[in-house]
Amino acid sequence: MSLTGLIALGGARDRVVETREHRLALADFAEGGSLSGEFDALEGRSVILHVRDMALAAAALIDLDGWARRIVLCPPGWGPEQLESAARDAEAEAIVHDRLVAPIDLPIGAICALPLRNASARVRALATEWVLPTSGTSGPPKLVVHTLATLTGAIADAPRQEWATMYDIRRYGGLQIFLRALSGLGSLRLNGPEESLEDFFTRIGKAGITHISGTPSHWRKALMSGEAGRIDPDNIRLSGEIADDAVLAALRDQYPRARIEHAYASTEAGVAFTIGDGRAGFPAARLDETGQVQLRVVDGALRIKSERRALRFLGRDTPIADRQGFVDTGDMVELRGDRYVFVGRRGGIINVGGAKAHPEEIEAVINAHPAVQASRVFARKNPITGAIVVADVVLHPGAGSQIGLEREILEACRGRLPAYMAPTRLRFVPELPMTEGGKLLRNG
Amino acid sequence: MSIRLTILKELEAVAAEQQKTLAPLKDDLPLMESGLDSLCFAILVARLEDILGVDPFASVGASRFPTTVGALVTFYERAEA
Repeated sequence: MSLTGLIALGGARDRVVETREHRLALADFAEGGSLSGEFDALEGRSVILHVRDMALAAAALIDLDGWARRIVLCPPGWGPEQLESAARDAEAEAIVHDRLVAPIDLPIGAICALPLRNASARVRALATEWVLPTSGTSGPPKLVVHTLATLTGAIADAPRQEWATMYDIRRYGGLQIFLRALSGLGSLRLNGPEESLEDFFTRIGKAGITHISGTPSHWRKALMSGEAGRIDPDNIRLSGEIADDAVLAALRDQYPRARIEHAYASTEAGVAFTIGDGRAGFPAARLDETGQVQLRVVDGALRIKSERRALRFLGRDTPIADRQGFVDTGDMVELRGDRYVFVGRRGGIINVGGAKAHPEEIEAVINAHPAVQASRVFARKNPITGAIVVADVVLHPGAGSQIGLEREILEACRGRLPAYMAPTRLRFVPELPMTEGGKLLRNG
Repeated sequence: MSIRLTILKELEAVAAEQQKTLAPLKDDLPLMESGLDSLCFAILVARLEDILGVDPFASVGASRFPTTVGALVTFYERAEA
């Protein structure tokens, strides 16, 4: 079934996908489109989708699913170099754009606009490939092929849910929420980069959203902004980064009524599991379970076998899974008691004179200090040990004297971590850099 | 504060933070017998770079690294000069 079919199934009355700039009424798709004019030329094509506003991206996705052969969901910040690399790998014949971002030269160019214009109904019967770039930080983007079936595999029937997300819907985590909203019975409200957190939380508070998602970095920012109290959700979802005990506890304090869940997913492996017990990590017993999603820990890294995994990479021969069908996530886990906790990325290790430290594991200890809102641990080059551990820290407003706190936080780290892992110096900063995907920027 | 005093003060601070027992500091005390491990020295060098603005370890060959407390002080004094 295509996306238009899914929407029709849930009933489209009153349902919207809304950014600050645009309001896309789902009912209007019955006799309208965002790409009218050039729409016919896109049938069966491989299409680069590159628009700035997320409501436009949503409209184009609904229009193109089942109609185009392939859609490449490009993040709005991409420049010509990344677009051209993606167009090559995806053998793209067309680009859908909004005139705001510079298009690249492809045989067919179509403009996506809202509100929807009148268009005759179409049969959208192709099994469209949905192509997502992985959020690698350097080098050309890796393109991962999904279908609507693999993307919606983790979505169960649910009563009406009014969704909001701080994610971009062109990233796996945001796309999950987009598809959840569309295959459910409610609406979706989105936060573009032009809209302040204050305005967004005011808007979704008034709309009465019941479900909201974001990365732990998004949530730390929201909690820090003082705007978090403008919403009263039933359900809070974190994904995309390690949810540590501190951020889970802070959310519990802020939203005592809400169900707080952290999900584990990767663009390649799909949604693996959702944990709702308020604690970081996942029960080790999960490894013994069979069924749709199987987990395995190999050399300290989590591997996932799932029917929701991506089909393949585009433009490269690397297989997406090992011979038994398990995807190596590169996320390192450690068994503590009856639970596995995430300790960091395989490539993100800091080597202190031969001893290995995961930044995320140290950040979890720093973040546990009540005065700390967020932190970023990184390596400082050192002539003696190769590297030492240092950290940037964002304090809660009115947290107190920085000198006293530096000593206190460093002592807490030395008490809870091996000596080489404890930061040797803290720097207090007003905010931490984030990627477009809403994750902490690691090498910025 | 003189370079000598700065280094002696930071040696003591790092030893205290890392819970190491520092041997009585005198110029001919070998660094290896000071009670500090390589992590302590790594931290010391980073601190001194922040305070003094120089990291002489990064600019000379490893063979000329100082081996005593006195040589360490001279090492920094030369780099500063």
